[in-house]
Amino acid sequence: MGFELAQAAVEAALAAGATYADARVVFSRNRQLECSNQVLEQLSQREMAGIGVRALIGSAWGFQATPELNTRAARGAGEQAAAVARASNILAGSPLTLAEVPVVTAHYETPHQEDPFSVSLTEQADLLVESTRRMQEVKGVTLGKGSLACFDTQKFFVSSQGHRISQHIVEAGAEISALTVGEGETQRRSYPQSFGQYQTGGYEVIRGFDLLAAAGPLAEEAVALLTAPECPAAVTDLILESSQVALQIHESVGHAIELDRILGWEAAFAGTSFLDLAALGSMRYGSPLMNITADATLPGALGSFGYDDEGTPAQRVDIVKQGVWVGVLGGRDSANLVGLAPGGMVRADGYNRLPMVRMTNVGLLPGEESLEEIIADTGQGIYMASNRSWSIDDKRLNFQFGCEIAWEIVNGKRRRMLRNPTYTGITPTFWGSLDRLGGRSEWKFWGTPNCGKGQPMQVGHTGHPAVPARFRGVRVGVR
Amino acid sequence: MMEPTALADAIIQAVGDRAEAEVLVAGGTSALTRFANSFIHQNVAEQGLLADLRVAVDGRVAQVSSTRVDQISELVEQVLTAARLRPQDSDWPGLILPTPAPDTNHFDLDTAGVQPSARAKLVRAFAEAGPGMRAAGYCDTETSTVAFANSAGQRLAARSTRATLDGIQQTPNSAGKGHHTSSRFADLDGARIGQRAAIKAEGSRDPGDLAPGRYPVVLDPECVATILTFLAFYGFNAKQVIEGQSFAEVGAAQFDRSIDVWDDATDARAVGIGFDTQGTPKRKLSLIAAGVTNSLVHDRRTAKRMEAASTGHAIPGGEAYGAFPTNLFVGEGQASSEELLASMEQGLLVTEFNYCRILDPKTQVVTGLTRNGTFLVEAGKIVRPITNLRFTQSFVDALSPGAVLGIGNDGRLADSEFGVGVVWAPSLRLAEWNFTGGAKG
Repeated sequence: MGFELAQAAVEAALAAGATYADARVVFSRNRQLECSNQVLEQLSQREMAGIGVRALIGSAWGFQATPELNTRAARGAGEQAAAVARASNILAGSPLTLAEVPVVTAHYETPHQEDPFSVSLTEQADLLVESTRRMQEVKGVTLGKGSLACFDTQKFFVSSQGHRISQHIVEAGAEISALTVGEGETQRRSYPQSFGQYQTGGYEVIRGFDLLAAAGPLAEEAVALLTAPECPAAVTDLILESSQVALQIHESVGHAIELDRILGWEAAFAGTSFLDLAALGSMRYGSPLMNITADATLPGALGSFGYDDEGTPAQRVDIVKQGVWVGVLGGRDSANLVGLAPGGMVRADGYNRLPMVRMTNVGLLPGEESLEEIIADTGQGIYMASNRSWSIDDKRLNFQFGCEIAWEIVNGKRRRMLRNPTYTGITPTFWGSLDRLGGRSEWKFWGTPNCGKGQPMQVGHTGHPAVPARFRGVRVGVR
Repeated sequence: MMEPTALADAIIQAVGDRAEAEVLVAGGTSALTRFANSFIHQNVAEQGLLADLRVAVDGRVAQVSSTRVDQISELVEQVLTAARLRPQDSDWPGLILPTPAPDTNHFDLDTAGVQPSARAKLVRAFAEAGPGMRAAGYCDTETSTVAFANSAGQRLAARSTRATLDGIQQTPNSAGKGHHTSSRFADLDGARIGQRAAIKAEGSRDPGDLAPGRYPVVLDPECVATILTFLAFYGFNAKQVIEGQSFAEVGAAQFDRSIDVWDDATDARAVGIGFDTQGTPKRKLSLIAAGVTNSLVHDRRTAKRMEAASTGHAIPGGEAYGAFPTNLFVGEGQASSEELLASMEQGLLVTEFNYCRILDPKTQVVTGLTRNGTFLVEAGKIVRPITNLRFTQSFVDALSPGAVLGIGNDGRLADSEFGVGVVWAPSLRLAEWNFTGGAKG
């Protein structure tokens, strides 16, 4: 049914004057459980199904979505998409054209072992209840929280150029966190990372976290933080745990290299970018140790798929090579506008949203050291782990991050625990100070399930391979 | 497509006496015209219908949301099966009994019929108000019909409209912002909103750096709206109080005595409907009166835990996050924008905040940046534009007793970083704001 409805919508859009059209019929469902102090506060399941049609006329995309899955509604959506695009001519720019991509008939499915929706709700709820119980057992813990979520998405994509692609994407993830409340402030520790770790794959992803084993030690750290000394204000060497490196990449590289931002298409909301296309291929983004790729083919990473929502195949693209900026994230329209190849990086968060430039798995390639070797090589510094807050300006230059926990490093040894650690910097300066990288054995594919972008707002799932890393001369303890 | 009230009734009927059940059905259309580089590049529209069903089987609660409203019996069986598999929920508050809700009257038939060409013309007027500048932003219209029904006999229905024009004008090194939200599309004046943005952009051309530090500030309504969303979500939200994460102490003078904040969906200036996702009617609720924290916002779950009454502020996903007021008002003062600046010896005028994130909910320390026009003020006059600054500031401390030196008479439904149409706010003049970084870090 999916291909037929999508085909009907595309044909209707073309008949209504679109120069190009594509349509996605999407069936998606998710399951979400939230537990707090052994009380399962939320058990929700969501099913969305519908068709979204994209029509190009002149300089504008028109888009129409409907949850009605029948031929009449599909054709109506196609006609409306073209009508909406045509109305944009009242304030038109130069016509958009699309970069060529292979026209394929294909199917892709996320490799997974255990369908997360086949695992009983009882088992999933018990996991969270027991995890929070173990955290509550630790004296001083105010709140033990746990959450897990599973996503199953089936897409049928048809374009007026002949694409017919079906995909079945499966994702899963979870988080536990312990909260403690002290004199006038709160402390928090979370695992596997704050806001949850998500990957493509089945329920084996969640089993692999071993939440129960992590719960007790995590809670003990949250209690210890209440009496730990405050992170001092200083300029010092900073070592970041890999999930924080992942978020640093997401904010200060991933968004900055989005071509729609660079071209000003997101200026009013998400912002623009400090990057100037004239400097592509020559601008120094960071130190020679910095190698960043956008790779949608990594098994298990959250930003992996077979084809993007324009029908472009998943691929690996170099973004930063030995510290030099060499690549962007672009779509068929934006890449063509500046003479680059599209990288398969355009996705929507549902049938009812217009596909837009999205990070795939934008990550750092590993080095050769271990975290312990990096610490041992540090005379004076601070090691920070697990994100607590993040903020960056609208050009992706000036950032400030807070972490949940830190340790003072003195003469190559991890010393006192520190609370309320923060650091700040300017993107190229910060990445220019990168001088140590963890190795392949510590290379983790972190997933960000909550990346907001676009109007209407869309929530993207992006992946960020990362390793622990050291940065020299960073301002910490911002107050 | 099925009508929301009929669908809600059909779903409750399908559950029958097998469970306590409540359903919220939201239908409608939304359309958004987006522009950048002074032309329209994305133009989207959506027709939607979503049913959100929650059941409790002997205190075992589960929820399902679906657009597959042609499959009611499958939807019901799915959620009943899920409920039976989960543990008893000791905090399940039960269903609201039949209670009338106010008609907020935020529906405008003309707005419901706005066509893409009308939005495009408004956008063109915005863009033309900044000659030689690059305009970017969006114009959207939304029409929603919401029906609530539960197995205890509560039946509510309401419809509403909203229209927003939001955009910036840009020069090579500056930007300025304009925004207007209303329940009526006809209230939006593209040329005027565009001109406001253009004046800000022109005035902030060629900005210079300023050393970070503590400065007095005048904050435009957009900044104040963002502050209020943080105070509401992390402070007045009763769930945060239960979890020990809130600063709010009911009865304590935590704010300057000039500050009054309330929530009122029935105010003619607001947008939205008169009941929440649990079918609880909304009413005017004072949150801060003369600087004293007056009340918290509750859904039925937090109300049960704190032995209080729901204030009608349940939101989607609220089981995990708590309650949130969506029609906030900050009491206006007497001062014009010029008068707020005139009494400032040296300080900053800030147009908008950007990317605000909380460092600690209890202290309300937030970091963020300024955006779309930041100006140095000396001897009551704007003397020069400055580059965007980073701040690290407790929002509660910023409004604490003695810290509010003036309140503007320029209240409007301002844009907040976390949504439009949520906060009616005036400008504020504050004694101090902690800027912790500049363009160079």
